[in-house]
Amino acid sequence: MIEIRGLGMYFGKFQALSNVSLSVEAGEKVVICGPSGSGKSTLIRCINRLEEHSSGQLFVDGVEIGEETRNIRNVRMEIGMVFQQFNLFPHLTVLDNLTVGPVRVRKMSRRDAERRARKYLQRVHIPEQADKYPSQLSGGQQQRVAIARSLCMEPKIMLFDEPTSALDPEMINEVLDVMVELASTGMTMICVTHEMGFARKVADKMVFMEEGEIIETAPPEEFFNHPRSKRCQMFLDKVLEH
Amino acid sequence: MWTRFFTRKVHWADIIVVAVLVLFFGYIWIQIDGKLNYKWQWERIPTYLFRYDEDSERWVANVLIQGLLTTIRISIFASLLAIVLGVILGMARTAKNLTVRMLARTYLELLRNIPPLVIIFIFFFFLSEQVVTALNIESWAYAVSRSENVAIWEFFFGDMRRFPSLISGVIVLALFESAFVGEIVRSGIESVSKGQREAAQSLAMRWRDEMQIVVLPQAFRKILPPLANQFIVLIKDSAIISLVSVQDLTLRAVELANSTRMLFETWITVAVLYFVLCFGLSMLFRWLENRAKLVPD
Ligand SMILES: Nc1ncnc2c1ncn2[C@@H]1O[C@H](COP(=O)(O)OP(=O)(O)OP(=O)(O)O)[C@@H](O)[C@H]1O
Ligand SMILES: [Mg+2]
Repeated sequence: MIEIRGLGMYFGKFQALSNVSLSVEAGEKVVICGPSGSGKSTLIRCINRLEEHSSGQLFVDGVEIGEETRNIRNVRMEIGMVFQQFNLFPHLTVLDNLTVGPVRVRKMSRRDAERRARKYLQRVHIPEQADKYPSQLSGGQQQRVAIARSLCMEPKIMLFDEPTSALDPEMINEVLDVMVELASTGMTMICVTHEMGFARKVADKMVFMEEGEIIETAPPEEFFNHPRSKRCQMFLDKVLEH
Repeated sequence: MWTRFFTRKVHWADIIVVAVLVLFFGYIWIQIDGKLNYKWQWERIPTYLFRYDEDSERWVANVLIQGLLTTIRISIFASLLAIVLGVILGMARTAKNLTVRMLARTYLELLRNIPPLVIIFIFFFFLSEQVVTALNIESWAYAVSRSENVAIWEFFFGDMRRFPSLISGVIVLALFESAFVGEIVRSGIESVSKGQREAAQSLAMRWRDEMQIVVLPQAFRKILPPLANQFIVLIKDSAIISLVSVQDLTLRAVELANSTRMLFETWITVAVLYFVLCFGLSMLFRWLENRAKLVPD
């Protein structure tokens, strides 16, 4: 589904990614972790080309992403993205946040889009909030709306960039629960998160990054019980302390 | 506000200020009234606002009110056009493409660094000589002025025989103001966070939808107060097009003052008309703004 080969990425002179390779099968769940500034966000943002890589190759569903990609929009339609800061459209109601993509991009009728929106609001357990504005919801609710907004495009892949980091502790689980349920539907998911409980539960593959490189890739048991690199071990000790 | 003003203690310094002002205006009054031997004719002014039309037996607008209406029309049309141009300019200023940004910057700097008067002379004569003639607007307007539904047209554009100069005036004024509107729009666009645009892009929106649905609606909410203010500035700036013989309030006042020799009465009346219009609008906008704040979003 996603094939990354020797990816490099620069912000001006600063190298944010170097020689990153990773492949993700359809239906696979990958959890990426690593210290702050290690390039986790940059990596997943390259996948839907919010950042442009400068070397290496990147394929999504068989299409190479790069300068030559004729229609990046066709690729983006198949990739949902959930941000740390939700990024809901504050001037639109929850329902409009959900229907705007299908109506504008997928050219769906308003009625069908609304039916679909309500279906996914149900899926994230807030069917009753459809007519409110984002600012009237709690953080956890907002993030679930953001997940539903992505799902309304019925993508093949979902990217999550620290979806619970901006939330109060008591709201983290309601979002993680939705993500676990989503995982069980067979969605291909790449999650940047430090929620190791969640990672243990759903991950097929763990990825540890540091200073723009992938240091370790392993199945969860191996990753948590016998990490090969010392840096990964130190990182896990720190995260698991809490 | 007024009660607070009156209940506050009057300081002795305030009395001195008031006394100085009274003396100053008294001196000017004496100069005009006594030394210039100026004959005040305030009683004639109302007939230049409204006059009684014998034929239709109705009160109709006379030159000053006609001029005021023209000024209002020009300001409204020019503002609408300036907003369209300004939005395009604002988007161009924030575009990814370097060439587009450079062109927008050039346009902006040209308009900002040439005196408005010079711009107006250049564009007005270009417009009225070339464009208006090329599009045959003149003969079209004359045709309309003799047609049956002329009343509707005149409601929007005033005397249709004056339409060509009105439309040139509107375009020139809009070009000039679009530079300022463009900068306001740009600040609004830049105030929309990067995350909003990234969310739109990751939903695979086109650039057009991203702008229309996500960026501009949020930008406009932020820039409505400065835009309203710019509208008032435009009303005041519109006096400048009297120099290219658009019959706005200022030009009508020039003609009236020349023909009746009521120099001070005319210009004081005109000043009051502009003031009432602009101050009234600024109060209205402030009221609307406060009311909008009361509505939770
Ligand atoms: N727009 C940018 N311009 C310049 N440098 C940037 C930019 N965005 C990120 N960086 C740098 O690139 C590096 C990787 O950033 P990235 O956001 O991918 O890290 P991260 O692993 O997601 O960290 P965090 O856990 O804090 O989110 C960081 O050192 C950061 O300072
Ligand atoms: Mg990050």
